[in-house]
Amino acid sequence: MRKKSSNSDINVPENEGLDRRSFLRAGLAGSTALAAGGLAGASGAKAAGLDIPIWSQQLGIDVDALPYGKPSVYESGVVRRSVDWLTATRESSINFTPLYALDGFVTPNGICFERHHGGAAEVDPAQHHLMINGMVDRPLLFSVEDLLRLPRVSRFFFLECAANGGMEWRNAQLNGVQYTHGMVHCVQYTGVPLKLLLEEAGVKPKADWIMVEGGDSAGMNRSIPMAKALDDCIVALFMNGERLRVEQGYPVRLVVPGFEGNMWVKWLRRIEVGDGAWQAREETSKYTDLMPDGRARRFTWEMDCKSVITNPCPENPIPGKGANVLTGLAWSGRGTVTRVDVSMDGGRNWLEARLEGPVMPKCLTRFYLDGWEWDGSEVYLQSRAMDDTGYVQPQMVELQKVRGVNSIYHNNAIQTWHVLKSGEVENVRLG
Amino acid sequence: MSVLVKRIALTVLAVVVTVGSASAAERQYPGVGREATPAEIQSWDIDVRPDGKGAPPGHGTAVQGERVYLVKCASCHGEFGEGGGRYPVLIGGFGTLKHQRPEKTIGSYWPYASTIFDYIKRAMPFGNAQSLNNDEVYGLTAYLLFMNDIITDDTVVSAENIGTIEMPNRVNFFDDPRPDAQPKGELCMKDCGGPIKVVGSARKLDVTPETGGDAVDVSAASSAPTETQVAAVPSGDAKAGRSVFNKCKACHLVDSAKNRVGPGLKDLFGRAAGTHEDYKYSKDMMAAGDKGLVWTDETIAAFVADPKGYLGEQLAKSRANTRMAFAGIRSEKDILDLIAYLKEATKP
Ligand code: HEC
Ligand code: HEC
Repeated sequence: MRKKSSNSDINVPENEGLDRRSFLRAGLAGSTALAAGGLAGASGAKAAGLDIPIWSQQLGIDVDALPYGKPSVYESGVVRRSVDWLTATRESSINFTPLYALDGFVTPNGICFERHHGGAAEVDPAQHHLMINGMVDRPLLFSVEDLLRLPRVSRFFFLECAANGGMEWRNAQLNGVQYTHGMVHCVQYTGVPLKLLLEEAGVKPKADWIMVEGGDSAGMNRSIPMAKALDDCIVALFMNGERLRVEQGYPVRLVVPGFEGNMWVKWLRRIEVGDGAWQAREETSKYTDLMPDGRARRFTWEMDCKSVITNPCPENPIPGKGANVLTGLAWSGRGTVTRVDVSMDGGRNWLEARLEGPVMPKCLTRFYLDGWEWDGSEVYLQSRAMDDTGYVQPQMVELQKVRGVNSIYHNNAIQTWHVLKSGEVENVRLG
Repeated sequence: MSVLVKRIALTVLAVVVTVGSASAAERQYPGVGREATPAEIQSWDIDVRPDGKGAPPGHGTAVQGERVYLVKCASCHGEFGEGGGRYPVLIGGFGTLKHQRPEKTIGSYWPYASTIFDYIKRAMPFGNAQSLNNDEVYGLTAYLLFMNDIITDDTVVSAENIGTIEMPNRVNFFDDPRPDAQPKGELCMKDCGGPIKVVGSARKLDVTPETGGDAVDVSAASSAPTETQVAAVPSGDAKAGRSVFNKCKACHLVDSAKNRVGPGLKDLFGRAAGTHEDYKYSKDMMAAGDKGLVWTDETIAAFVADPKGYLGEQLAKSRANTRMAFAGIRSEKDILDLIAYLKEATKP
C-alpha cells in the first residue's frame, strides 16, 4: 500500500520516516534540491528572516520525564521492520535492522534485528541457570549471579544471520537495504570467556564438540567444534554497556564471533561437551546449503566477507546534485576488512574507499568515499570488500555459477544500487 | 559459617573431589557455581545424537504415533504432513532436491533419524514444548518415518534402534568447501567487463513492504527461497479488523455519531476531515479539511499509519499537532483489515 502524499511533486519512495526526513530535507534545501513547489512556498513564506521556533522560547522537557531515554519523535520511523506474511507465525520470524538510518559501526540495542524460533523468552534471571555437562570432569551449574562474579572481556563483533540476503538469490527482490542486508548488527558484547567456563568444568581429553542450548520454547540447539569454543567465544551478559535485551537473549547469550547468527544461542541454559556433532535440526534441516547437484554443504559456519552501501540506498534517495555522502559497511567473519572498492558503473571501474577506524576483526567496518559529488546522471553503485585472508567479495553471477539459486544461506554477493536521474535509488541485478 | 570459611571449605572439597581422577585440573574459581546433581542433569539433558547417545528409555510405533499426530500436530502441519500456511511440510518431496523448487522434508532431506526425536522433544508442539512423554515422541518419530516410506508401520522405534535407522539422503551432505567463487588472477580495477545489462529490478517487482505489492515468500530463514512473482493486491479482512479497532475503541464510537475523546466515526467515508458536528477539532485537523482532505480508504490508511506525520504532509510541515494521541499502526495487514471493518461498521 502506498501512502498517498498530497505533495505529488515530491518524487521519492514513500515510507515512514523517510517521508518525514525528505520533508525536512526539502524544507531545509528550499526550492533548489527538489523542485517541491507547494513546500517551497510554505517554507519560503518568511522571505526576510527565520522563524523563532517554539523550543527557543519555551522550556523543554524536565529531567526524569523519560528515565530511560528514547530517540527524538522525529526519528520514530527508525525501527526494525518485518514482513507480515513472511512466516507461519510471528513468534518464529525475523525482522530487520534499519541500516539506512545508521552511521558508524555500532548498532543501537533497540534496533538490532530479531530472529526467534519460539518468541522472545522473558526469562527471570533469578530462576535462570547455565549447566555444563557431558564429557567433563565435573558437571557445573551457574546462576546468573555466579556468572556475574567471573572475569569478563568486552569485544565488538558483528552478528549476521546466515540467511541475510537469502531473498535475493534469484533476483533483485526487495527495494531497501533494511530488507536486503538488515539481518546484521554489531555491538560490544561483554561476558565471560567460554574457555574459562569449560576449564572450570574440565573438558575430557577425547571431547571435540560442544552443544549449546537455549532456554526458550524452541530449545534452540547447535553444535560447535571445540577449537572454536576454546578460541574466542563469549558467554555474554551485556551488550553496548547494558544488560542484554530480552530479544537478544537476556540474561545470557553465546557470542560466536564470525560464525552465523543461529549459533549465537540466546537465553543460553546448557552446554554439553561431547565427542561428535549433534546434527540438530538447525544444522541439518536448516542452515545447510543445497547445491545445484542436489547435495548439500553442512557446517557452513563462517560469514564470508561482504559489504553494502547504506547511503545512498533505496530508503535514502539523493536529495540533489553536488556534495553527498557515500558510505557503507563492510565485514568479514574470517578476519579483518582490509579494503573496500566502490564503483559508479556497475563494476567496470573501481575507486578505493576510506576505511573509518577502528577497523577490528569480525566487526562491522564503516567506509566512506570522500569527496564524492553526484552529477545528476544515472549511476550503478557497487561496493566490494576484501579481508586479510585475501578473500574478495564476489559478484552474484560468480556465486550462482558455483552454488545455483537454492542454497538460501550465505549470500555475500556485491549489491547494485541504481541511482536514477531523479535521485531515487533502486535495487537492481546486473547480468 | 562466614563467607571466607565457606569458601575455604568449598576449596578443600574441590581438592578432595579432584584427587579421585588424576587428570582433572583444579577449578580456578571454586566458589562460583556448584556441581550439578545427576537429577538436575537428567531433567535438562534432553538431546539425542545421531548414534543414539542420549536417547531416553521408551518406544513407539507409527500406529501409536498417528493418534498423537492427529490430535497435537495436524492442526498446523496438515493431516498428511503437507504443511500449508507456511507451516513446515513434514512428508514427501522425494527426488526434488535438484529441482527449481526443491522440497526439503524429513524424508527427502534430513540425514539422521535422531534429529526427529531431538527436535520434537524439545520444540513441538509449537507453543507447548516439552509437554510430550518419551513414548509419544518415539511414536511420532515412527509415524513421520513411516509416512516418508523409511520404516514399516509396525516397526518399533526405541532408544535401541534410533541410532541405526538409515535416512535416504544421508550420503548427500558434505563439509563446507568455502571459500569459493573467487576471482582468478589480478583484481580488475579499470574497464572490467562489457556494457551494463540490468536483468532485474526490485522496484518493478514491487513487493517491498510499505511501498507496495504483496507477498512473495521472503522467508529465507525458514523455508524455500522466493517466488519472484507478484501476488494479487491484498484486501482486508473485516473480521480481523474488528479486533484491530480495539486500539481505537477507547476514543471513538464506530457506529454512532456521538463523540468521545475523538469524533464519532459513523458515516466517515467521504466526509471532509475535521467537519463532524459538535466536535472540537485541533486547528491542524480543520486546516487539513479546508485544504481538501477527505476520508477515503487511502487517506484513512495513511492517517492511522502515522497520524502526526500524515496530517503534517497535508500542511507541508513535518508533523502536525493533531489531538489524536495515537502513535500509528505498524502492520500493513492490520491497517487493511481495519479499513475493511470501518467500511462496514461506519455505514450510515
Ligand atoms: C501451532 C502450530 C504447530 C503445532 C501444533 C506443531 N507444530 Fe511443528 N512446527 C511449527 C512451526 C511454526 C515450525 C517451525 C519452527 C521454526 O521456525 O523454528 C515447526 C517445525 C516442525 C518440525 C521441523 C520441520 C523442518 O522441516 O525443519 C517438525 C519435525 C515438527 N514441527 C513436528 C511437529 C510435531 C510432531 C508436532 C505435534 C507434536 C508439531 N510439530 C506440532 C508449528 C507447529
Ligand atoms: C487516544 C484517543 C484516540 C485513539 C486511540 C484514536 N483516536 Fe482517532 N481521533 C482522536 C482525536 C482526539 C481526534 C481528533 C483529532 C484532531 O482534532 O486533531 C481523532 C480523529 C480521528 C479521525 C478524523 C475524524 C474526522 O472527523 O476528521 C479519524 C479518521 C480517526 N481519528 C480514526 C482513528 C482510528 C481508526 C483509530 C484506531 C486505529 C483511532 N482514531 C485511534 C482520538 C483518538
